[in-house]
Amino acid sequence: MAKKFVGERVPRVEDQRLITGRSQYVDDIVRPRMVYAAIVRSIYAHARLKEINVEAARRAPGVIAVFTGEDVREAIGPVPVASQLPDLKIPRHPVLAVEKVRYVGEPVAVVVAEDRYQARDAVDLIEVEYEPLEAVVDPERAIAEGAPILHEEFGTNVAFVWQLSGGDIERAFREAEVVVSQRMVNQRVIPVAMEPRGVVAEYHPGEGQLTVWTSTQIPHLLRTQLAAMLGLAENRVRVIAPEVGGGFGSKLNVYAEEALVGYLAMRLGRPVKWIETRRENFLSTIHGRGQIAEVEAAVKRDGTVLGLRYKIIQDVGAYHQLLTPAIPTLTGLMATGPYKIPNLHVQVIGAFTNKMATDAYRGAGRPEATYMLERMMDRIARELGLDPAEVRMRNFPQPDEFPFPTASGLAYDSGNYPQALRRALELVGYEQLRQEQQVLRQQGRYLGIGISTYVEICAIGPSPALPFGGWESATVRVEPTGKVTVLSGASPHGQGQETSFAQIVADELGVGLSDVRVIHGDTAIVQYGIGTFGSRATAVGGTAVYGAVQKVKEKATRLAAHLLGEENVANVAFEAGQFFVKDRPERRLTFQDVALAAYLAKSLPPGMEPGLEASYFFEPSNFTFPFGAHIAVVEVDPETGDVHFRRYVAVDDCGRVINPMLVDGQVHGGIVQALGQALLEEAVYDENGQLLTGELTDYAIPKATDVPWLETDRTETPSPVNPLGVKGVGEAGTIAATPAIVNAVVDALAPLGIRHLDMPLRPEKIWRAIRGA
Amino acid sequence: MTRTTIEVTINGVRYRHEVEPRLLLVHYIRDVVGLTGTHIGCETSLCGACTVLLNGAAVKSCTLFAVQADGAEITTIEGLGEEGRLHPIQEGFWMKHGLQCGYCTPGMILAAYQLLQRYPDPTEAQIRHGIEGNLCRCTGYQHIVEAVRYAAEKLRSQKA
Repeated sequence: MAKKFVGERVPRVEDQRLITGRSQYVDDIVRPRMVYAAIVRSIYAHARLKEINVEAARRAPGVIAVFTGEDVREAIGPVPVASQLPDLKIPRHPVLAVEKVRYVGEPVAVVVAEDRYQARDAVDLIEVEYEPLEAVVDPERAIAEGAPILHEEFGTNVAFVWQLSGGDIERAFREAEVVVSQRMVNQRVIPVAMEPRGVVAEYHPGEGQLTVWTSTQIPHLLRTQLAAMLGLAENRVRVIAPEVGGGFGSKLNVYAEEALVGYLAMRLGRPVKWIETRRENFLSTIHGRGQIAEVEAAVKRDGTVLGLRYKIIQDVGAYHQLLTPAIPTLTGLMATGPYKIPNLHVQVIGAFTNKMATDAYRGAGRPEATYMLERMMDRIARELGLDPAEVRMRNFPQPDEFPFPTASGLAYDSGNYPQALRRALELVGYEQLRQEQQVLRQQGRYLGIGISTYVEICAIGPSPALPFGGWESATVRVEPTGKVTVLSGASPHGQGQETSFAQIVADELGVGLSDVRVIHGDTAIVQYGIGTFGSRATAVGGTAVYGAVQKVKEKATRLAAHLLGEENVANVAFEAGQFFVKDRPERRLTFQDVALAAYLAKSLPPGMEPGLEASYFFEPSNFTFPFGAHIAVVEVDPETGDVHFRRYVAVDDCGRVINPMLVDGQVHGGIVQALGQALLEEAVYDENGQLLTGELTDYAIPKATDVPWLETDRTETPSPVNPLGVKGVGEAGTIAATPAIVNAVVDALAPLGIRHLDMPLRPEKIWRAIRGA
Repeated sequence: MTRTTIEVTINGVRYRHEVEPRLLLVHYIRDVVGLTGTHIGCETSLCGACTVLLNGAAVKSCTLFAVQADGAEITTIEGLGEEGRLHPIQEGFWMKHGLQCGYCTPGMILAAYQLLQRYPDPTEAQIRHGIEGNLCRCTGYQHIVEAVRYAAEKLRSQKA
C-alpha cells in the first residue's frame, strides 16, 4: 500500500495542548482536599541518625502529619533493584532513612501540610541529630583498604564484580606490535529533565484503589513495584504518567517518594502532592555515567586492533536504584563498538560511595563504551602516525558480514559502517580540513577535527536479556465510526510517538492522521506495557502497533469478504481505505462501513466475534544496532582555552525512518546533551560528600548560545529484527557526540603534545593544559 | 500571616485576591488563578520555564512576588493563542518541531515573543542570545531557532 504518512515530516499531533499551555503535568493536577508533602533530607553524606525531633514541626501552622523512617519502616517495602548480577550486594534501601544516612539528600522525614509553603516551613523546624561518620566519595578510594564502609553487613564497598570475555585476550596482547593504554574518567553527570519529579496520590477507600500520578517513563512496571512496596493488590493500584516533562532515563525508576506519597494518601485519607524542587532533583534523582577506566589496546602497526582490555570502576552511589548495576554491563557489551575486534576482556567493579545512585541516563552505559573506544582509536592513530579516519576504516566489518558476531557475544543486525563514515567525511570536507589544519598550525592556531564512529544497542530488548520483559504491547481499537484508538504500552514523554504511531496506523488502514488517537501512560486504560527507554518505543512499541493493526486488517478483510459475498478472502483487496473484490472493483466498502458492520453485528461470518479490536505483544528476536559517524570541527583559543565550534556533522543510520523531523529532533537533543558532558557538566562532590554542583547556578547545562548549527544527514539500513525496519534513535546523539567533541579538542592541541584530557573540557582545564604543555 | 489585596489583569481578565506577601507570582498564577500553562523548573530564575509577559516585558515569574504584580497586565501562554487561532510563534514551534516534552515551551515562546518585538528579522545569533535565559534539555535548540525564524517571517508578512 502506498505510504502517505510514514517517511514524511509530519508535524506532531500532540503539540496543540503543549504550545497553548493546556497540557497537564503532575504539578498541574489538583484534587479536592489535596495536601502537600515536603521532605527533610540528610545534610550529611554519612552519619548515624541519633534523634529526630519533630514536635515543633507538628505544632506548626497547617501541618497535618510528620513521619520518620522508624514510623514507616514496617509499612513500606524497600526501594527495589531489578538488575541481577552474580554475587550482587543489595543493601536494604528504605524510603526514609533508618539508623544511618548514606548520601546528602537521602530522605529522612516527611511533612504533610495544608499548603506547600507551610510544608516547606515545617521542614525547617525538624531537628535531626546526626553523628557524622567519615564519608567516601572517590570510588577508587571506596574499594581500597581501610575505607569507611557504607553498608557494614557486607564488610566492603564492592557492590559487584562483573566480567566479560571473548576470544583470547592474552594471545592478542602477545601478538600485539604496539600496546596503547589510557586511563579515562567518564565523569558523573546529572540528567536535569526540565520538569523535576513529582507525585500526586489519592486513595479511594470505597474501591480500595490507590491512584498515583507520577512523572515516570514506566507506569506499568512502577505499578507492579508500588503494589509490592505498599502491600496492595496490583489491580488496586492505578499509575498515571500524565504529561512528562523529560526523562532521559532519570524517570526510568522506582523512587522512594513514589511509594511514600502513596502511603501518605492512604494513611491520611486525603490526596497528597509532592513536587521535587530543583535542588532535590540534583541531590536525589539518579545521576549518570561515573566510570573510571584503564583501557589497553593490542594493535598492529597497520592500525588493526587485535584486542581490548578494560578495567572499569563504576561509581554506584550509596544504594542501587532500579537498574544501577546493569548500566556498566551495557558498557561491556558494546566495548568493541563498530569494529572487528575479536578479543576482549572487560572487568567492572561496582563501588558504593556516599553519593546519589547512578543509573540509566540517556545512553546508559553505551556512551561510556563509545567514548572510551573512540578516544582509543584516536590514541592509536596518533601513536602509529596514521589518519584517524583510516584506522577506523581498517577495522570496520564489511556490509556483507552481517549479522556480525562480536567478541562480547552480540550479533549486530545490519550495518554499513564505511558508508556512514565516508558520507560524514565528504560532508565535512575532510581532506581540505586536514590541509587547512596544517596551514593554521603554522600560524599558531589550533584547529581540531574529531571523528566518532559508533554503533549502539537499541530496541531494548529481547526479554531473556532483561530483568523484566523486553517486549512491548499495543491495542488497536476501531470504534463503530471507524475512528481508531491505539493503546500503547510504551510511555513517550516528548519523543512524539502519538504522531509516529498514528502515521503507521493511518497508512495501514487508509484513514486520516486525525482519525487515529494514541493513548498511553495510564495503567487503568492501557494493557500492561514496559515503557519508554533504551530507544525502544518505536522499534518495539511501534512494531507492536504494527502487529495489532495487521490483526485488525485481517479481521476487517474477512468481514468485508463476507459482506461483499466473496467466499475467498484472498480475492478481496484493501486499498486506500476501501475493500473490494479484485475482479469486481465497482462495489466498494469503506473502512468505516466495515467497522460499523463489525459492531452492529447483523451479519458476521460464522464464528466471528463482534467488534474490531486487536492486541499484539511484540517480542523482538534481537536488539537493533543503529550506527553512524559524527565529526566535530573546533578551534581552540590558546589565550582563553575556549572551544569554538566551526562545524558539526552527524550521519546517523537508525534504519527506516517514520518521521524525519522527529529523528532530527532526537539527534539534535542527544548531541547537545553529549556536548554538555564533553564541555560543561560535572557532578562535583567535595571530600565530605557535599554536592557542590547542586543548582543550575553551579551545574551548567548547554544554553542556546553554547550550541553550534548541527548538520544532520542519514544513511538508511533497515533492521531485519522488525517488519518496520526501524532501529531507534533516542540516544544516538548522546552516544556519538561526546567523543567526537573531545577528539576534536585533543586533536587541536596535538602540536603541544597533549594526548588526552578528561571531560569536561572547560576553558580553565584547556588553558592549564596548554600552559603546562 | 498578614495578607495583601492585589489586582492583576491576566490575559485580559481582571483578578482581585488577598495573598500572602511572600507568595511567588508563579504560584499565584498557577495555584490561585489556576492557569497552569506557566511551569516551574527551578524557582531560582535560571531555567526560564516560568517566563510570562509583565506589562509587555518577559519576566521570570518565580522571582517576583505576586504583590509586586499589583496593577500589572500579564500575558501567559494561555493568553497568546489557542487551538485554531495560534499565534505565529506557537505555529512556528508546531511546524518546525520546536518542542519535545513541552515543559520549557510556554516560557520559551514568551521569551521569543519579546525577542521578536526587539528584532523583527533576527539573525541566528540574535535568536540564540534572546532565548539564552531559557533552558531546554530536549531539542538542542536548533528547531527552536527555526521556529522563531518561521514566526518572524510570518509576523513580517502579516504586517506587510
